[in-house]
Parts: sequence; structure tokens; C-alpha cells
Amino acid sequence: MADTKTVEPEIGFAERSWNWLTETQLWKSIFRHGRPTNDRNRVLVMLTNVFLHLHPVRLRKSGVRLRYTWCMGGLSFFLFLVLTFTGLLLMFYYRPTLEYAYADIVGLREHVPLGIMREMHRWGAHAMVITVWLHMFRVFMTGSYKPPREFNWTVGVIMLVLTLLLSFTGYLLPWDQLAIWAITVGSNMARATPFLGHEGPGAALLRLGDVPLIHAADDARFALLGGTFVGEGALLRFYVLHCVGLPLVIGVLMAVHFWRVRKDGGISGPL
Amino acid sequence: MSFIKTFINFFADPRLFFPMAVAALGLLIWKRRAVATTRFGWGLMGFLTLFFLFGATDANFRLIITKPDNVPIVGLMFLLVFFTWYALHHAVMNDERRAQGKPPLEKDEEDRVWVWPDLVYTELISLILCSVVLIVWSIFLKAPLEQPANRSLTPNPSKAPWYFLGLQEMLVYFDPWLAGVVLPSLIIVGLMAIPYIDTNPKGNGYFTFSERKAEITIFLFGFAVLWSSLIVLGTFLRGPNWTFFGPFEYWDIHKLVPLTNVNLSEYIWVRAFQSGLPKNWLVRESFGIVLVLAYVFVLPGLLARTWLKVYYEKMGPPRYYVAVFLFLMMLSLPVKMLLRWIFNLKYIVAIGEFFFNV
Ligand code: HEM
Repeated sequence: MADTKTVEPEIGFAERSWNWLTETQLWKSIFRHGRPTNDRNRVLVMLTNVFLHLHPVRLRKSGVRLRYTWCMGGLSFFLFLVLTFTGLLLMFYYRPTLEYAYADIVGLREHVPLGIMREMHRWGAHAMVITVWLHMFRVFMTGSYKPPREFNWTVGVIMLVLTLLLSFTGYLLPWDQLAIWAITVGSNMARATPFLGHEGPGAALLRLGDVPLIHAADDARFALLGGTFVGEGALLRFYVLHCVGLPLVIGVLMAVHFWRVRKDGGISGPL
Repeated sequence: MSFIKTFINFFADPRLFFPMAVAALGLLIWKRRAVATTRFGWGLMGFLTLFFLFGATDANFRLIITKPDNVPIVGLMFLLVFFTWYALHHAVMNDERRAQGKPPLEKDEEDRVWVWPDLVYTELISLILCSVVLIVWSIFLKAPLEQPANRSLTPNPSKAPWYFLGLQEMLVYFDPWLAGVVLPSLIIVGLMAIPYIDTNPKGNGYFTFSERKAEITIFLFGFAVLWSSLIVLGTFLRGPNWTFFGPFEYWDIHKLVPLTNVNLSEYIWVRAFQSGLPKNWLVRESFGIVLVLAYVFVLPGLLARTWLKVYYEKMGPPRYYVAVFLFLMMLSLPVKMLLRWIFNLKYIVAIGEFFFNV
């Protein structure tokens, strides 16, 4: 019998290295599946990776299309991650006290080489507000809030409010003129909260005999600012909310949100 | 050139700008077939670009749009116009398919694809693009830092962060308790209530306009006309003392605007009855109070019997009343705007004694 010769298809250097790498013990200890070239492995990619397992394994085609989702939910989440990371770096330099706050921001600008962390954090925050709005707009226009996704829309609205509050609390931290006056204008509104603000309708009714229960030093605005004006107390409060409180809450809600996207049947589509 | 600028300054006045925005929305919906074409979309974006290029030749205009914190709003304007067009484009396309007896495009794409690689790669690319944009933006535009905080030096104008400027703009028409507390809370509650109010089962999971006319029109009115255009107004067109300035106008701190706003009670007691204002606030404000109560409590019932009868029957009383209440609250802003512009009306109810002004 004549020798039959099997001819291997020519493969390039990059592919050979890739094939070699994915067969090493180290690689296989991290990714517990072969190369995702067949269906079984494509399933395993999604199921054995903690970061990817937020996704389903398969998805309706329209759900993958930018045309349908505009990718705005995903970008909101990505920007949130960028903000967490750059925010963490900023925290290394920034101290939330009247004495240091402004100087630390100046220092960040003057002394940190290649420093664009503050820029990325600020512009990222603006961008996130915009992507969250557009995400909401897309969800509305595709009617994706309709059953069974009503609750996830509600969770989304809360996250929208939290996104705005995160942005708002961060606005104060540079402690420059722009910051304190913007927060002063914004927080002055709380003075007029019905019943709970000392200039709000109905607050004058809450009194014990001659003693007013609601006054400038205990009303809603005071609770927000930790003082009767935007000062040291407000700076600390906003800092703690901005760096710890609000991110924690929105983080938990994001987990709920993503979980619900899956449980409600994945990205919406015509029934 | 200066003629065009004067022309634009003139039309940027809220009294013209706002009705024009409403008219634009109406036109957009009425002529949506034409608007949804690709050519119109390009034209729209091109027009917007031209406007900003033209504007950039003007020193006053440059000054406001290049304030670092205002740059995102310029971006927002482009994105919002684009995505409104884009959504409409697909909605009209699906509506036309439906007219031909075909299912929406999304239905044709119902078969499943692998998340790896289809979705993961799309995500990766978006993520990289987004990072590149953000990094380039950060390199070229420095984050603003003004003088250190000084409580005895109030800048004029003092503005809230841009995403709250719609609320600050509402302060022109309402007192802080409404503009800053009650109405924002109602916006949040109203948004959360949408899925529970809207019982129309159609249009779930695909773009369409014709199957959800009322919902989409109301949403676009709230989101694009009220919320977004008030932000643009508050950011670009409000100068010192929150006075209106056209986009090509110099922010002159001494620009005088005659303030002759009159309360409803004055109109009635002083001008109509020719008597003084009564001492007792309940008597003084009785007309206003009746009007406001009628707006909130009587009008929904009236509408249920007349124009909105179909909705009342479709939705049932609880849903209907919640929906109409929220809708009327949303309309209270344009209503108050009109009253202010036409009658110089300051407050409908003015009980300064209790900080209760409407
Ligand atoms: C912090 C902000 C938010 C993040 C990170 C986020 C993230 C996401 C992601 C990644 C998805 C998957 C589909 C997509 O990308 O479109 C999604 C879907 C969804 N989101 Fe959000 N979201 C946010 C805010 C909101 C808001 C403000 C709303 C509504 C008011 C909302 C309502 C929904 C709904 C109803 C879905 C399901 C849509 C569908 O199945 O087509 N989300 N979100």
C-alpha cells in the first residue's frame, strides 16, 4: 500500500503560540476548558468564568446588536468601573478637610506626573450621567419596561437617582468656588422641604407651644450639610457618601439589576 | 453675520424657544416618515454641526460652550438629537414592516447566537472605544479648578451642576418647595410608575411608534422638551441674576429686565374689585386655592368623562387617576410658564405666611 501523507494546514506563528499557550498547565488551571472553537467549549467559557457568567450562554441576535441596545447599559456599567478605579487612585491624594481639600487638588494637578486621573474621573462622571439617560431612553423606546420587566425599570430609576447623587456629592470635593456655590444652590432647595425644611410650607405648624420644632439648625438641609451652610461638616458628609455610601448602594442595586435582566428572560425582544 | 446672530438671539428667548421646541416635537411626530430617513438624519446632524461651527466664530458663544463643565452638554445635545432620530428611524421602519404584514425586524433576529464570541467581542470593542474617547477627552480638556472656596464671595450667576439646571430653571416659575422638592420627587415617582400605569401590551421588545403613540409622545415631551431643553436653557442662556441672554450676547451684569409680576389675588382684589387685599389670607387667596384644587381634583374627573374617556375605561379608575395626576403635574410647568408670559402672573396662591406659594 502506498504511503498516505496527511498534510497539516499551514498555521502561522501567532496561532501556533496560542495553541501552545492554551495547552499549558498554567493556562488550563486558570481556564478550565479548551479553546472556544466548538459549541461545548463556548458554553464552558461562559459558565466557568465568574466575570462572564453574568451573561447567558446564548442570546437572541437582536440583543447583541448595537442597533437594539445602543450598548448604553453596558457602557454605564463600564464607566462605573472606571470611576471606581480612578476614584480609588484619587483617594490616595485627597483629604476631605477645609485645610487640605483644595490644596490636594492643586497638588494633584501640579505634582502628579501624567496626571489625568482627575480628568478621567470628572469626565467619566459626566459621561455616565449621559449614558444612563440614554440607556433609560432606549429601554423606554423599545418598551422593555413592560411585563415582566417592570421591577427592573424601577430599580433602574433608583440607580439613575443614585448616579445623579454620586455626581452631585463629588462636585463639592474640590472645594473651589465652583464646588461650594453649586452645592449651596442645590442644597438650598432642602430648606423648602414641606414640613421638614425651616422655610418649607407647613414647617411653622410643627411646634411645641412656643418652641418651633423645625428651624435652621435641625431641618432637612441641616441633615444634608451637617451645618447651616456648606462647610466642614458638609465636606465630610459628602465625602463619605461619595466614596463609600452611595457606591455601595448602587453596587448592590447593579447586582440586582443584572440578575433581573437574566431572570426576566434576557434582553427583551418581541414575544 | 450679525443679522443671523441677532435673529438667533431673538428666537432663543424662552418665550419663543420653548413653544418652538414643542412645535418641533409635534412636527417630528407628524412628519416622522420624512424625519426617519437616513438623509434627514445626516442633514440634522450636519445642521447641528454647522450651527456649532458658526457659533464658535463668536466670542460670547465660545465662552459658554468651552467652559469645561459645559462641554458634556454640547456632547449631550448631539447624542440626544442623534438617538432620538435613531429610535424614530427604527420605529418607523418596523411600523412600515407591520403595514406590509411583516413582523418587526427584531422578530427576524430571534434565533440565538453564542455570547462567546458574538457578544463578548462587541462588548470588548465598545469598551475600548469608550476608553479611548475618555482618555483623549481627559488629555485635551483639563478639569476646572477655580479660586478656593470663599463663602463671602458669591459668584453671579451661581449655578447648580448641569444635570440639575432644569430644576434650577424651574425656580423661575415655582418656589423652591415645588421646583426643588415636590416636583423632582414626582418626577422620580412618575418614572418608577411608568410600567404600572402603561398597560398597553404592544410594543414590548421592539421599536415602534404607531403602536404606542401616546406613551412615546408624552415621554419625548418630558424627556426631550422639558428636561433636556431646560438644561440647555439653564446652562447656555442664563447669565448673571439668572437673566436670559441669547447665545451670542455678552453677559452684561447690568442687563435690566422689568419685573412686574403680579399675584392672582392682586389681579382679583385690587384690579378687578378695586378694593384692598383682605387681611385674612384664606379670604385673600380663596380664588387661587379653588383654582389649584380644581386643577388637581376636579379636572381629572372631568377629563375622565370627556377627552380621556377611552383611557379611563381602558385603564380603570386607580391607574387612570394616578396617571392623570402625574401628567397634570408635568403639565403644571408649561401652564405656569404660559401664565407668566401672557399675564405676568407671579403666584396663583401666595400665602407667604406659611411659605406656601404656588
Ligand atoms: C447605573 C445605571 C445602570 C446600569 C449600569 C444599567 C445596566 C444595564 C445593562 C448592562 C442592561 C443590559 C441591556 C443593555 O445594556 O441595554 C440593562 C438592562 C435594563 N435596564 Fe439598566 N442600567 C442602569 C440604569 C437603568 C435605568 C435608569 C433604567 C430605567 C429607568 C434601567 C432599566 C433597565 C431595563 C428595564 C433593562 C432590561 C432591558 C431589556 O431587557 O431590554 N436601567 N441595564
